[in-house]
Amino acid sequence: MSTPDTRDTPVAPEGAPPQDRVSDYRKLEESITLAPVEQQIAERKEELLTLNMGPHHPATHGVLRLLVSLEGEVVRELRPVVGYVHTGIEKTAEDKAYWKVIPVIERMDYLAYYFNGMAFCGAVEALLGVEVPRRAQYLRVIHLELNRIMSHLVWLGTSALDLGAISMFWYCFREREQILDLFEMSSGQRMHTRYIQVGGVFEDIPAGFEAKVRDFCRTMPERAGQYEAILDRNEIVLRRLRNVGIVDEQTLLELGVTGPLLRAAGNPWDLRKAAPYSSYGDFEFRIPVGTVGDNYDRYRVRLAEIYESVKIVEQALDGLPEGPYITEDRKIALPPRHELGTSMEALIHHFKLVTEGFRVPPGEVYYPIEGPRGELGCFVRADGSSKPARVHMRDPSFVNLQAFRAMVKDSYIADLIATLAMLDPVLGGIDR
Amino acid sequence: MEMTRESADDLRIRQLRARDMLRGDLGAAELERYVEERVITTTLEKALNWARGNAIFPATFGLACCAIEMMSIVASRVDVARFGAEAFRASPRQADLLIVSGRVSIKMAPIIRRIYDQMLEPKWAIAMGACSSSMGVFNNYAIVPADKFMPVDVHVPGCPPRPEALMHGILRLRSMIHGDPKMGWRERYEAQGTEEVVGLDVQQQGRGPASHADNVYGPGDTAGA
Amino acid sequence: MPDATGLELLAQEVGDADPDAVLDTIYFRERATLIINPARARETLELLRERGYRFLASLHGVDYYPEEPRLGVLYELLDMQRVDRLTVKLRVDTEKPEVDSVVEVFPTADFQEREVYDMFGVVFRGHPDLRRILMPEDYEGHPQRRDFPVGGEPVLFTYNEDSTPGYTK
Repeated sequence: MSTPDTRDTPVAPEGAPPQDRVSDYRKLEESITLAPVEQQIAERKEELLTLNMGPHHPATHGVLRLLVSLEGEVVRELRPVVGYVHTGIEKTAEDKAYWKVIPVIERMDYLAYYFNGMAFCGAVEALLGVEVPRRAQYLRVIHLELNRIMSHLVWLGTSALDLGAISMFWYCFREREQILDLFEMSSGQRMHTRYIQVGGVFEDIPAGFEAKVRDFCRTMPERAGQYEAILDRNEIVLRRLRNVGIVDEQTLLELGVTGPLLRAAGNPWDLRKAAPYSSYGDFEFRIPVGTVGDNYDRYRVRLAEIYESVKIVEQALDGLPEGPYITEDRKIALPPRHELGTSMEALIHHFKLVTEGFRVPPGEVYYPIEGPRGELGCFVRADGSSKPARVHMRDPSFVNLQAFRAMVKDSYIADLIATLAMLDPVLGGIDR
Repeated sequence: MEMTRESADDLRIRQLRARDMLRGDLGAAELERYVEERVITTTLEKALNWARGNAIFPATFGLACCAIEMMSIVASRVDVARFGAEAFRASPRQADLLIVSGRVSIKMAPIIRRIYDQMLEPKWAIAMGACSSSMGVFNNYAIVPADKFMPVDVHVPGCPPRPEALMHGILRLRSMIHGDPKMGWRERYEAQGTEEVVGLDVQQQGRGPASHADNVYGPGDTAGA
Repeated sequence: MPDATGLELLAQEVGDADPDAVLDTIYFRERATLIINPARARETLELLRERGYRFLASLHGVDYYPEEPRLGVLYELLDMQRVDRLTVKLRVDTEKPEVDSVVEVFPTADFQEREVYDMFGVVFRGHPDLRRILMPEDYEGHPQRRDFPVGGEPVLFTYNEDSTPGYTK
């Protein structure tokens, strides 16, 4: 460089060629021309921008990555990339005794943990051919429906948060805390409670549980009514959700969609009514069904399901039969502690169950139940040992995600956010 | 500070002293005592740490079940807004605290590392739950504990930890921030000299003070971008 | 669920339409399973779809190690009108784990076949986009096969925490 004070003087001294003075950045800037873009605009070609709504994003419910191809603000192509929270749950489950699989499998769809446990235990019970006592079935139903309400509350809180109705988050989580108090009362844990065991439930409900649940069932419909009052006829909610994300019922069926998404499109398919399990047939409840199949119907269907679940819980409490809370078969369920002091057989059974676990005769069974997001099925293959040979959970969110592309094609990116909220994906279930 | 109930006479005396001070009528010793009663002296570092600890901005980073309990601390029962940490920032560049809430799969680990790198100093990390601290319930091929790829300040055990437990972890972090004058994880982990100094010759040409910076990356290097 | 006789009739019907398709039937715990020839998978599923089983609830893989042929693919079919479930099973071995994709028959098989490919290595011919879905794109190995190790980290105690590399103190 010729002169010392190069930083301050932009003017080239005499004799020095201007190229030495020009930095790389300037050269790069000058080399950019708009000629290709102008030509494209002249030819009216589509210019698609592929945007990565990466796994870390405030509006994707979990670590979902979306590759969105946009033309302006309109979504033309969508590819979801999943696997960012893949935990190898199914592989881990092959390594553990049946009893120990339950906590592992519960952490799959982390908002519907009772349902995960129920699907697995139902499959194992079908393999064993063991019958679940009626009291246990009713207790399971109570907890499953409370979990359904809790899952819908979290969905509502986070979806309203996405749409901008931020205060709904606090209202929904207030109710969720009440439900978690009930879970803590019956099983000791707020989430992932291991309450549903093979053959029945873990423990009978404590004194005072029924009164608290009845209190909750009294206040919950009022609260749900308050949520409706805030959101149902709100102009912003209507403008954002009405007639957005419509997919017809036939396409949804081909894509394997079940649950509130299918019901919003008009198909009243619900496994609790179609193929009742765990004495759901004893209860009287209705299935909310939508008409148009847009986001607003999906929102209304889930909100209406909260009322129906409250009704089921009340009926289950009214009709709760007396009896054992877990099967009496000592080869499967642990004997009660007071028997261990008196009966040698009970001691041996306890020892075998705790160290090795019960053995399941060889066979394969697929057991589907109705989860909050759709058909949650569990496939268990037993090979005669005390560990399952294969556990596969058919997760509803994984299959429902395939319908997402059909829902948002040719709509705005803001509608993509609203539709993703109404889709209710839970990435733990998608990725397992 | 003790609050003692004062009678009306004491209040009157204070008013008179204030009037005297403003007029310049207080003597030297009295003036000194007057000022001492009203000024907190501290070091700048301590004041900064107090401010940093009371206004932690967590990054929204929910991975799995622990994320639901992390949402619970924002909710009204266990209210993290009491401690000034309710403003969850979506952009890592605006956040101080990364709460790794949930199981970290091998596909997600480089992304978390990248987000942690994008945060500006001073930054802290909490590994929430058993899965991010150790492997948790799952000890298999698919997940990795957070310690393996990023420095973690506080580990909160539980599966998932109760919101109160996470709150306790955040408060411990807050007291760490208040008490510990050394900022930056490089001092904490004694990792000085690990900064990337890339492309020194390109950057040092014709530039001023910027050429002495440690964290100047050459073109094409997307570390921390 | 079709009962045992219903299953046999169904198997006969499928066998009449397609001679070498049905290999076996299993009726276990009131659930019907049809074991079919992997080469005729797509045609059989189309046939069953015409028969009324229009909903594919689940498509998943199983590793039957050490029995050969090792890899199984199961299709859980559902007839919503009659509330009827049927499992269709086929088995391929690891040397040539190829099956025709049924994405055109049941579009829901898209992600689920990708998962079976990712986890077991079964290649679905004709799938529009057969890539790994749960594991990273460049991962080697098929994790849910029985001979793939579970993996994991050693549990750290005080006696081995210093010798275990990779952890910051």
